[in-house]
Amino acid sequence: MNFDWPIFIWYLWPPSAFDDPRILQGLEATVGVALVAMVIATGIGLVGALARLSRRRAFRALATAYVTYFRGTPILVQLFLVYFGCIEFHIYGFEPLDIGPIVVTGALQAGVIAIALNHGAQMTEIIRSGIIGIDRGQMEAARAIGMTYGRAMRWIILPQALRIILPSFGNQVNASILITPILITIGGQDLFGVFLAINGVNYHPIELFLDCSAYILVVSMTWAAIQRRLERRVGVSLAEARPRSNA
Amino acid sequence: MSSDNPGLAIEFRGVNKWYGSFHCLTDVNLQVERQAVMTIIGPSGAGKSTMLRCINHLERIDDGEILVEGQLVGYREVGGKLKELSDGQVAQRRQGIGMVFQRFNLFAHLSAIDNVAIGPIRVLKTPRDEALDQAAILLRRVGLAEKAASYPAHLSGGQQQRVAIARALAMRPSIMLFDEPTSALDPEMIGEVLAVIRDLVGEGLTMVLVSHEIGFAREISTRVVMMDGGLVIEEGTPAQVFGAPRSERTQAFLSKVY
Repeated sequence: MNFDWPIFIWYLWPPSAFDDPRILQGLEATVGVALVAMVIATGIGLVGALARLSRRRAFRALATAYVTYFRGTPILVQLFLVYFGCIEFHIYGFEPLDIGPIVVTGALQAGVIAIALNHGAQMTEIIRSGIIGIDRGQMEAARAIGMTYGRAMRWIILPQALRIILPSFGNQVNASILITPILITIGGQDLFGVFLAINGVNYHPIELFLDCSAYILVVSMTWAAIQRRLERRVGVSLAEARPRSNA
Repeated sequence: MSSDNPGLAIEFRGVNKWYGSFHCLTDVNLQVERQAVMTIIGPSGAGKSTMLRCINHLERIDDGEILVEGQLVGYREVGGKLKELSDGQVAQRRQGIGMVFQRFNLFAHLSAIDNVAIGPIRVLKTPRDEALDQAAILLRRVGLAEKAASYPAHLSGGQQQRVAIARALAMRPSIMLFDEPTSALDPEMIGEVLAVIRDLVGEGLTMVLVSHEIGFAREISTRVVMMDGGLVIEEGTPAQVFGAPRSERTQAFLSKVY
């Protein structure tokens, strides 16, 4: 069997590959699901971290149970639970959603929810460790000038914790881009799903999945570049704040 | 509360505090008059810092009550019982009480001037420009006008502590608490911080200072309190406590630190 260069090039080179509209749609699905899920996951993580650090026992218990489950079970199981569970119990039917020009299929919606829940648990732990990494004296000093707990968090603790959080957050975004192929199990068409469908018709697995890898690699490398810039921006103040050797 | 002496800035009434089974404050009764400068001395572990931190409710007390300018700290009385105030109410009461820490605790992500201005901006809602102008004046007052843009990590310990004092003053407190403000400093930096504190005397502030700087305490204090083992051992003017201590424990302590 010979490597089919024309097929490989045709699906690699965007001007020709995008002749098949499914590829751009798949790319949008992969990026869209990953990014929307991470926005939600970050929100969940912030609330979760504050709950885990709360003085209220009920909040702590709830957050701990959530983190334990979603970090301790496979994301595929969680996806099935969300998708089939909601349909079965008539909680949510996962009908296609029209958002302006794009239609978000039920599988993609379930993907967003499952990835958001799974990575929200990770973000809870990431943000929590960022917060507890900040010296206790910072909180005390903030309280001493009359800040409430919330203000101290917002203006003193979280800005400093961001430096600790950002690298792990970036990895989590990358992981969410790479996990979207699980959507094929419930009929979702992310980029991998699209290439799988094409391969089902003309069977060139090496060429097509290498092409698929190339596209996802570009997405994840683009994110890595963005992450480096974000870290450098926050890192400026890190360099400023680095203790002097004699301090 | 009933029958409060309006001349008192701070009053401890039968205050007790435990850490687990460790009785760290025992029946503390203490009165600090307005505009007094009170220094608390005593060996480490005596409860000095704990007592200071109870004044602005950074530590809870288990029994008794503390009044600051006639108001309970951290609690309110409801039908004879004490209820802890909400986070926002405690925060509001703390605004009038400045605190300076042994380890400075400057906000590491903010420049010197932002450290001073952030309280007025975020708590008092002072317009940013105005807060920065006031912060610049305060930095000049502590001799650090040229360090306004420096981050804490680029300041010496003495400079950090002076910024911390300016940060506390920015909230225009009527009471200033100093928790061993020079204990973490190299000897050559102690003088510059003490000079700033000395400069505040006579400005109408009530000051409570935990310090091992006996000479300084003697110079600026109007009252001196000796603590040991969670108890107030004796209290009096500097001349009384330093010159003619009544308690043997005070004598023993002073003979060690002098």
